[in-house]
Amino acid sequence: MTAPAPVADDSRTVDLLRFATAGSVDDGKSTLIGRLLYDTKSLFTDQLEAVEAVSAARGDEYTNLALLTDGLRAEREQGITIDVAYRYFSTPRRKFIIADTPGHIQYTRNMVTGASTADLALILVDARKGLVEQSRRHAFLCSLLRVPHLVLCVNKMDLVDWDQEVYEKIADEFTSFAAKLDAPDLSVIPISALHGDNIVTRSEKTPWYDGPSLLHHLERVHIASDRNLVDVRFPVQYVIRPQSTTVTDYRGYAGQVASGVLKPGDDVLVLPSGMTSKIASIDTADGPVMQAFPPMSVTVRLEDEIDVSRGDMICRPHNQPNTAQDIEAMICWMDESRPLTVGGKYAIKHTTRSARAVVRGLQYQIDVNTLHRNEGATELGLNEIGRVRLRTTVPLLADEYRRNRTTGGFILIDEITNRTVGAGIIREAS
Amino acid sequence: MSQTPQTYRVSHLDALEAESIFVMREVVAEFERPALLFSGGKDSIVMLRLAEKAFAPARIPFPVMHVDTGHNFPEVLAYRDRRVAQLGLNLVVASVPEAIESGTVREPADGTRNRIQTPVLLAAQEKYRFDALFGGARRDEEKARAKERMFSFRDDFGQWDPKNQRPELWSLYNGRHQAGESIRVFPLSNWTELDIWRYIERERIELPSIYYAHDRDVVVRDGMLYAVNEYLRAREGEEIVTKRVRYRTVGDASLTAAVESDADTVEKVIAEVAATRLTERGATRGDDRVSEASMEDRKREGYF
Repeated sequence: MTAPAPVADDSRTVDLLRFATAGSVDDGKSTLIGRLLYDTKSLFTDQLEAVEAVSAARGDEYTNLALLTDGLRAEREQGITIDVAYRYFSTPRRKFIIADTPGHIQYTRNMVTGASTADLALILVDARKGLVEQSRRHAFLCSLLRVPHLVLCVNKMDLVDWDQEVYEKIADEFTSFAAKLDAPDLSVIPISALHGDNIVTRSEKTPWYDGPSLLHHLERVHIASDRNLVDVRFPVQYVIRPQSTTVTDYRGYAGQVASGVLKPGDDVLVLPSGMTSKIASIDTADGPVMQAFPPMSVTVRLEDEIDVSRGDMICRPHNQPNTAQDIEAMICWMDESRPLTVGGKYAIKHTTRSARAVVRGLQYQIDVNTLHRNEGATELGLNEIGRVRLRTTVPLLADEYRRNRTTGGFILIDEITNRTVGAGIIREAS
Repeated sequence: MSQTPQTYRVSHLDALEAESIFVMREVVAEFERPALLFSGGKDSIVMLRLAEKAFAPARIPFPVMHVDTGHNFPEVLAYRDRRVAQLGLNLVVASVPEAIESGTVREPADGTRNRIQTPVLLAAQEKYRFDALFGGARRDEEKARAKERMFSFRDDFGQWDPKNQRPELWSLYNGRHQAGESIRVFPLSNWTELDIWRYIERERIELPSIYYAHDRDVVVRDGMLYAVNEYLRAREGEEIVTKRVRYRTVGDASLTAAVESDADTVEKVIAEVAATRLTERGATRGDDRVSEASMEDRKREGYF
C-alpha cells in the first residue's frame, strides 16, 4: 500500500463529532477504522510502514490494519483490544474523534466509557454471522448511555456475494430489537471494510441500497439538536477572585455550560442555597459574550454578592434540577476486586460535586445479552449492570439522564483504593 | 469565540479549547499543588495559553516546571524565560546536568538524555510535592498515547500501568490519590498536530523561531536531518550541509531532527502539516524509533 496523495484542508469552521465503535475482534472493526483513516488520508506513511513491517515479521498474509489501533504490547501479542483507544481524522466538513472500544464482554466497562461521550455509535456485525449476543449487548449499552445516533454496519458483504436478502434480514432483526430499547436515530449500512465498499463512496455492488456511504452519513448526521438547549444548568467549577492591584473586586464563577443558554440579564437561582440574582456578565478571556451554551467554558458574574462555591449549580428560577439525596440509578460496575453490595459505601462524583453514597437497595441485575431482569441479585460483579437505590450524604443537583447526560451521570469511587468502580445513570432523583 | 447564534454551534477548535479549560479548572479546584510541565515546545506553549484563558483575569495559579536536559536550543530557552517573565510565572527548573553532576543519575554512554529525564522529573515532583502535573501530550502522537486518559494515575514511583487505567466517563475525572501518588493531566489529549497549529494561528501565539524555516547546518542520519551543535557532532563519514529546515517537534537537541521546509510563516506551516505524510514523531524523533513499544516502556517508568 502506498499512501494516497494528500489533500490540504483549509476549512476553519468544521464542527466536532465523537463516535464510538463496537464490534468483536473478528467483525473487522480495526480494518474499518484503518480504512476510514486510510481513505480520508489520515494515515501517515511511517505508521503504515511500521504496520507493514510488523505484519511481515509476524507472517501475516496481508497488512494487518488492526496493528494500527492496538497500541499496547499486550494487545499486539494477544491480538485483542484491551482498552479504549482514541483516533482522530477529519474531512473538510467535520473533525472526528473515534473512541475505539473493545467488544468482549469482559471489557463492557470500556465500551461504557467510550459511549459516555459519543454523539454516535457504530456497531459492526459480520454478514455471515448476523446478529450475535454481542451485537445486542452493544446496542443495549448504547441505548443505556443514550448515544443519540446508532449505525449498524453490516460488514463482509463481499463474503455473502452482496446478497440483499442477507442484509435485509439482519437489518430487520436489528431494527426490531432496537425498537425495544428506545434507541434513538438508527441507520443500517451494508459495507466491506476490507475492500472499502460504501465506506467513503457509494458502492456499485449494492444497487439495491439507496442510503449514504458511511463517511457521508458521519459527515452529515445532524448533531446540533442533540444538546439540551432548554434547561439552564451551570455547575460551578471554580471561583475566580484575582488577588491583584489592577483587577479589584472581581468575583466570577467559572464552569462549562452543561445545558441551556445563558444570557446577561437573565434571572438565575443558585442551588442548593436557593438564592436568586441576575447574570451581570458572561466573561471569557477574549471578552464578554452575549450568550453561553454547551460546550462553552465561561465565567459567570452575578449582580448580587451571594455565596456561591464549587459544586453549586446556577439555573433558572422556574426550571431547576432535583435537589435529592435519594437516587435511583442504573449502575455499570467496573471493579474487578470487589462487587457492589447493598450497604456498600462509596465516594460519589456528580457534576462538580463530590459526596459519599451508601447503597440502599439493588432492585435487579440486568442480563445485558437478553435484557432479562434478575430480581434475586444480591450484588453486582465486574461488568454487570443493575438498578440501584442510593442515599447520598449531601443533596445532588440532578436531572434524569435521559434529559441531561451531564447532570444525569455520576461515578462511584472506592474510598480505599481510589479506583473508579461504578458508572451511574440517574433514573429518578427525589 | 466565534458563534453562530441561530444554531448555537461552536467550531471544533472552540470545543477543544472549552474542554481543555474545563480540565484545567478541575485540577486547580481539586488538587493542592499542581504544576505545568513547560518545555518551550509548541504543545506546552498552547497549554500555557489555555491556562491563561482558564483563569483570566486572574494570573495562572500554579508554577511551571521545565525538565532541562541541558541539551537546549538557545532560541527555546530564551523563549521560555521571556514567557515566564511576561506571565509573572514561578519557574521551577529540574536540571538533568545537575543530577548527573551530583550522581543521582548516570549519563548513558551514547550521550542521549531522554530516558534519564524521568528520574529527574520525579525527584523534582517529590521535592516540590506537586500532586498533579499538566503535560502537553496528545493522543494522536503515538499509539501508546492513544490509550492515555485525561487524568493519568501514577503510583509513588511515577509509573503508568496501561492495563490498569481508571475508566473515564463523561467529563467526570477521578483525581483521588494517596500521598506520594500523583496524577498527570493531559488537557490536549484530543488535539491533533493540525489543531495545535490552527490554534497558534488563531490566537496569534508567538513561538520559538526554530519552528519556522531557517538555514541550519545539518547532517543526514538514519534518514533524518540533525542539527550540528555542541550536543551533536558529525560522525565519521557524515557530511555537514546547510539546509533550509524547520522543527516539527522540539525536544532534546541531541535527539530531535528537523524537516526540510520553506515554511516561514504560520500559514505555510499549516499548509505543510495538512499535507504531510509523516507523523511528527516518526519524522523527527530518534527517541521513538528504538522499538515498537519504546514510548509505552518509557511511560511505564514515569515518562510523560
